[in-house]
Amino acid sequence: MTKIIQPKKQRNIFSRPTAEEGVWSWITTVDHKRIGIMYGYAAFFFLLVGGLEALLLRIQLSQPDNNFLSAAEYNAMFTMHGTTMIFLAIMPISAAFFNYLLPLQIGARDVAFPRLNALSFWIFIAGGLFLYSTFLFGTAGAPEGGYLAEEVSRLASAPNGGWFGYQPNAGLKYSPGTAMDYWAIGLQILGIASLVSAFNFITTILNMRTKGMRLMRMPVFTWMTFAVSFLLAFSLPIIAIALFFVTFDRQFGTTFFLTEGGGDPVLWQHLFWLFGHPEVYILILPAFGIVSEVLPTFSRKPLFGYPAIVFAGFGIAFIGFGVWAHHMFASAISPVAQAGFGLSTMIIAVPTGVKIFNWLGTIWGGKLTLNTPMLFALGFIGMFVIGGLSGVTHSVVPADTQQTDTYYIVAHFHYVLFGGALFGIFSGLYFWFPKVWGKMYNETMGKIHFWLMIIGFNLTFGPMHWLGLQGQVRRTWVYAEETNLGFWNLIVTIGAFILAIATLIFMANWMYSRRKGEVAPFDPWDARTIEWSIPSPTPVWNFSKAPEVKSLDDFWHQKYGEDEDGRALKREGADELLAQLEDEGLNPKEEIHLPSPSYFPIIMAFGLPFIGYAVIYKSIPLALIGVILLLIGGFGWGTEPLEEEFESSEEEKPDMEKPQNYE
Amino acid sequence: MHRNKFLKPKNLILCSFLFITACIEDAPLDSLSPAGPYARTIDELFWLTFWIAVVIFFIVQGALLFSVFYFKDSPDKPEPKQIHGNNFLEILWTIIPVIILASIAVPTVRTIFDLAREPENALKIEVIGHQWWFEYKYPDYGITTANVLVIPEDTPIRLEMWSNDVLHNYWVPKLNGKRYLVPGQKTYLNLHADNAEEFWAQCGEYCGLSHSKMRGRVLSMSESDFDAWVVNEQKNANTGLTEGSLAYEGQQVYLNAGCTQCHVIGGVWDVQGERIAPNLTHFANRNVFAGAALKNNAENLTQWLANPAELKPGTFMPNLELTEREIEALIEYLGTLK
Repeated sequence: MTKIIQPKKQRNIFSRPTAEEGVWSWITTVDHKRIGIMYGYAAFFFLLVGGLEALLLRIQLSQPDNNFLSAAEYNAMFTMHGTTMIFLAIMPISAAFFNYLLPLQIGARDVAFPRLNALSFWIFIAGGLFLYSTFLFGTAGAPEGGYLAEEVSRLASAPNGGWFGYQPNAGLKYSPGTAMDYWAIGLQILGIASLVSAFNFITTILNMRTKGMRLMRMPVFTWMTFAVSFLLAFSLPIIAIALFFVTFDRQFGTTFFLTEGGGDPVLWQHLFWLFGHPEVYILILPAFGIVSEVLPTFSRKPLFGYPAIVFAGFGIAFIGFGVWAHHMFASAISPVAQAGFGLSTMIIAVPTGVKIFNWLGTIWGGKLTLNTPMLFALGFIGMFVIGGLSGVTHSVVPADTQQTDTYYIVAHFHYVLFGGALFGIFSGLYFWFPKVWGKMYNETMGKIHFWLMIIGFNLTFGPMHWLGLQGQVRRTWVYAEETNLGFWNLIVTIGAFILAIATLIFMANWMYSRRKGEVAPFDPWDARTIEWSIPSPTPVWNFSKAPEVKSLDDFWHQKYGEDEDGRALKREGADELLAQLEDEGLNPKEEIHLPSPSYFPIIMAFGLPFIGYAVIYKSIPLALIGVILLLIGGFGWGTEPLEEEFESSEEEKPDMEKPQNYE
Repeated sequence: MHRNKFLKPKNLILCSFLFITACIEDAPLDSLSPAGPYARTIDELFWLTFWIAVVIFFIVQGALLFSVFYFKDSPDKPEPKQIHGNNFLEILWTIIPVIILASIAVPTVRTIFDLAREPENALKIEVIGHQWWFEYKYPDYGITTANVLVIPEDTPIRLEMWSNDVLHNYWVPKLNGKRYLVPGQKTYLNLHADNAEEFWAQCGEYCGLSHSKMRGRVLSMSESDFDAWVVNEQKNANTGLTEGSLAYEGQQVYLNAGCTQCHVIGGVWDVQGERIAPNLTHFANRNVFAGAALKNNAENLTQWLANPAELKPGTFMPNLELTEREIEALIEYLGTLK
């Protein structure tokens, strides 16, 4: 069904950008792969910033009654560390994987709405820059009537109410200045980015699967993307409303959370954690997806209990909306609520356990290749189990009232989000490195990275369990020498620096291997899913023709059958098949239409920070600039020429079996 | 009922590191050294969960490490069998965790309600959270004090708590778990100390600039000591200071420098209504001040009075630009407030 596509003559003054190389091509791109790569680099940049903030915190805590940072600086640093790592590092780095891999895993040419995809990336950038501009323009200070001995430094002119922004402390009376406004509005902007991409991914998964890609043949990573997208779509509106309340309280004198006006500070806790707990699963489910791809590949066995893993993922996502008050066991909630949420928290351990046992079932009896991605995936299981078990101790409400707000909790969620989410992400970064760059990473450096990381990680977060049980409270700038917590705090700080060194080694490996690494074959891991059936690096058109999928792990089954014992047996002609696939992948026979780049997503996205500044500084001109940018973006977006309109075609109806790009 | 904390399993595990000394020192905020029935109930529940977690930990990590070593790739290894799953196993590892969790759930729910119940014949004390100190009121005795909570030993205490500003979280690890102090509503917490002892308290919830310095002490004492303490606290401060003495001069500083705007000393400049700062009537009897962040001694007081915000960022106590002489006199005066 080859046909030549002739763009109809343009009907608009705006022509679409055409640059294929250079800065403009990246700014205007709507290619999901390029957007994924940009997401990855931007998120990694913020990961480094968040890491530096953590190092400052650790230097301050390395000895009792230390004075390296002032109280104001410390509070700003821990607030920004949490906010950055969650909203600007882990979430967008997961978005990088979604963007790059999702269309490849379902055999599509791009996501459903490529320009919307670019929009969500640029909104993320705009939101991140807006939030961080607080270090330039923000102000913070002592609560109304309080005194400070020294001027507030630039470092302390950042949001300081905690990433959880508990009211009324984060309100105007107790957190004066503009810094907390930067926080509230910055998160609001970032939330838009995530909502936009959530709907984009849901539509993509529902509508863009290639022929034969039934739901129960989708790779687990795609399933987890699907689950995360629903979590985003349902949980972000809650925080959006809560953040509007905060902004209104601070800017326009409403009293949603202020007791003196009939408001309720506990309401904020409910709203925040009703978003905040699903958010935890937004952060961890992508890692679940990644290791569910890596473990079978390097065990040379199919994923054990694929349906169980898929359903457990959705079970976790669903129950995740019913456990929020376990963040509030010490707060003003009744014993009945404590019991209820304690039980629901215990229940969520069950699907999580099912996943872990199925991963163990996957490697059991396999033939394990212990390379870097596999080591990180195995490390993920080991570390995540510790985080999961300490999580069960929180569901025991009376015990949690001792542990909550101490370093025991800090240890717990770093085992989940660093040992879990970030180890999974590193596993994925190594695993798909050859697919993205067409080069191999350096295995030795990768292994050094892994071992330094797992040692540094346990040295950093292991002793925190002990410190918490010994009474070290979270978010404290100093601790008294008499509490005898100094020794383990010093160890923790040493661990944090080992993590920093490990990260530098990772970066060195990445930069070196991208340029000088060995050329990667297109299926270096003898992998299972269809993204490995196309050349490396992925050609701009992804699949030269829409693949047809006949089973779960389709690519593997094209290469391997089973002998009488049920052992994998290479099919005859498998090598020829690979050579043929590579040739076809590089030389498409049909004319391929790809979505055209556009200027307008970035224009629209950068309207939002101006509106944010306008709210903070109550400035009409800034609001006008913002609105005009949004309007230009929207108008241009709506009217720029669509190249989908063809002069003529052999068939009037579009061919539904081929991936379409609906714009 | 006292267990030796160093023989506890987790301590032993952690102490098996080379650095034994670090564990042996006493940690005053240790949540694993209960000193009363409430904390002990929690402690027992924690260890039950802990041991179950330890067993699961070793099973899972054991299976993981075994797989890594045993199923590691080697050249003569055949391709593995392509097993897609096993329904029996799936059911098994769904049901077994449910049973284990149920065995934790039952005592958990029971303990939740046990801890929430108001004990009979409890001494009622009100705890009011301020940025950044705890205020205590004894409605039965008409006493108002700060930073140091004095309680009789082996007696149930019922704390009725609220906050005057932001959220705080009251925590005496050796006596019970935490409970928030919320503006606009009341929360409750029970305490019960076995013996006469001094405990540490700490605000758990982030409450602004000097959250880390919002600390406290709980002093449990024998019945007779407590009664004597109550009688003394109910008295006003001694106003019969000798004119011309340093303490008298300090009293004049107190009256004239602006301290009375925020503080109360019973009998001296009596005022009706609330004051935002700690009641100082029996200041000299407390071993700590400034949110229990500082020991009550001349050196700390000198530094504090010279510039409070230096020691406690964000504090509502202004720098009154006192001279050295005035500070010296004030400290002398504060020393008489017994």
